[in-house]
Amino acid sequence: MCMRVTDHVILGQDLNPKMIEITVDGQKVPAKEGEPILAALLAQDIMVNRYTVKRNEPRGLFCGIGQCTDCAMIVNGKANVRTCITPAVEGMIVETQYGYGGANDVK
Amino acid sequence: MLNKQLLIVGAGPAGLAAAIEAKKNGVKDVLLVDLNMKAGGQLMKQIHKFFGSKEHRAGVRGIDTGAAMLKEAEELGVEVWLKSTCVGFFDDKVACIEKGMEDGSKKIIYLKAETIIIATGGQENVVRFKGWTTPGVMGAGAAQTMINVNKVQPGQNIVMLGTGNVGLIVSYQLMQAGCNVVCLVEAAPGIGGYGVHASKISRAGVPIYTKHTIKEVKGNGPNGRVSEVTIVEIDPKFNPIEGTEKTFAADTVTLAAGLKPVSELVKLQDIELVFNGPFGGWVPTHNEKMETTCPGIYVAGDTTGVEEANTALEEGKVAGVSAAEALGAISAAEADKQRAEIWARLDGLRMGPFGEKRAIAKKEVMAKFPGVRA
Repeated sequence: MCMRVTDHVILGQDLNPKMIEITVDGQKVPAKEGEPILAALLAQDIMVNRYTVKRNEPRGLFCGIGQCTDCAMIVNGKANVRTCITPAVEGMIVETQYGYGGANDVK
Repeated sequence: MLNKQLLIVGAGPAGLAAAIEAKKNGVKDVLLVDLNMKAGGQLMKQIHKFFGSKEHRAGVRGIDTGAAMLKEAEELGVEVWLKSTCVGFFDDKVACIEKGMEDGSKKIIYLKAETIIIATGGQENVVRFKGWTTPGVMGAGAAQTMINVNKVQPGQNIVMLGTGNVGLIVSYQLMQAGCNVVCLVEAAPGIGGYGVHASKISRAGVPIYTKHTIKEVKGNGPNGRVSEVTIVEIDPKFNPIEGTEKTFAADTVTLAAGLKPVSELVKLQDIELVFNGPFGGWVPTHNEKMETTCPGIYVAGDTTGVEEANTALEEGKVAGVSAAEALGAISAAEADKQRAEIWARLDGLRMGPFGEKRAIAKKEVMAKFPGVRA
């Protein structure tokens, strides 16, 4: 389980962050307002963000700074959104991406 | 089309320092572009105190240096575009930027810059073993971003590959964030980073396996997540020794095997590159002004060779001063004077057993600059 770090020896306490709700593959998921979508997913133990084009292999968090694209998902209908550098917004609809995330992809 | 006196790509320590220095020296129009949600680059996850002397900000946490720079940049009126990616260049310093808008959408913007500083930083190296693409295998820096910036654990039981300073420091910080570090694995016969960091790991009772590497990662966890990690001893030629395997239950593997420069934007320009092993790969050659072989285009930080935050910061200052000179904001004599002071500090940062290799590498990269430095 990927727990949130709420009390840190150097960074201090994370008291009462503003929580919002996003939808991930049809399920309601809580998120801290403005945190990367990826972080909200990780806090729910959701580790797979997409499946690869050719072999349909799962991929998840790898670089965490917008370089590698392993965390790309479909956000509000738009494919290939790097969830590690995209903030969570109330009501956002996030979907696991298969292949390129388009209609003609292998599922 | 928009016009800017100075466009800086990358708001890490190098880019931020460049922006501050350019502004301080009278450049009016400075635009700083970064694809991340916040400025500060990788400084914002360095919660440990830095080493060195006082003039190199020793004893100060990276995160505090970053915060102070952000404040200074804001007070000086540096324009910052976040969530914005510089996706390309045309001739005559025309940049194409995918700008992150308020409403979360992106807009393509073209702008003409009189001078450009490329400070796009570095990227973690990967290590390939059986199962290396399994979800739960990630860069050590990625894990560090999760715990120190996003404040969420990347997993519970973590195997760290690599014992350079990144591997050691991130292992300790994972423990500070409440994760269990199962062990550290190092291919070399000895620990790569500073002894003081390694001691913290040892005191916590975490084993460090030198002369070992990861043989295989199995992904039998939920949704194919990492479930176990098998390590193996290697001989002096780095070949695995059969029968020495050890298997640990773990849900996360973090890779700390060095970094390489992010140089895509540099490669889009007609800039001369050189290959340098210690610096992590292909890097642009440059002169003492941090100017590339493309006049008016400067580089700074890990893009010019992977080093560390303080070096990046000082190089950024050099680039900022040089841009101010090129734009006519300060005289050549004034720029030379400021650069000499910064280079003295840079030389200080490239000393000692860890710094000397970098001093030699920097000399080699600059020696390739046409007509400058023998």
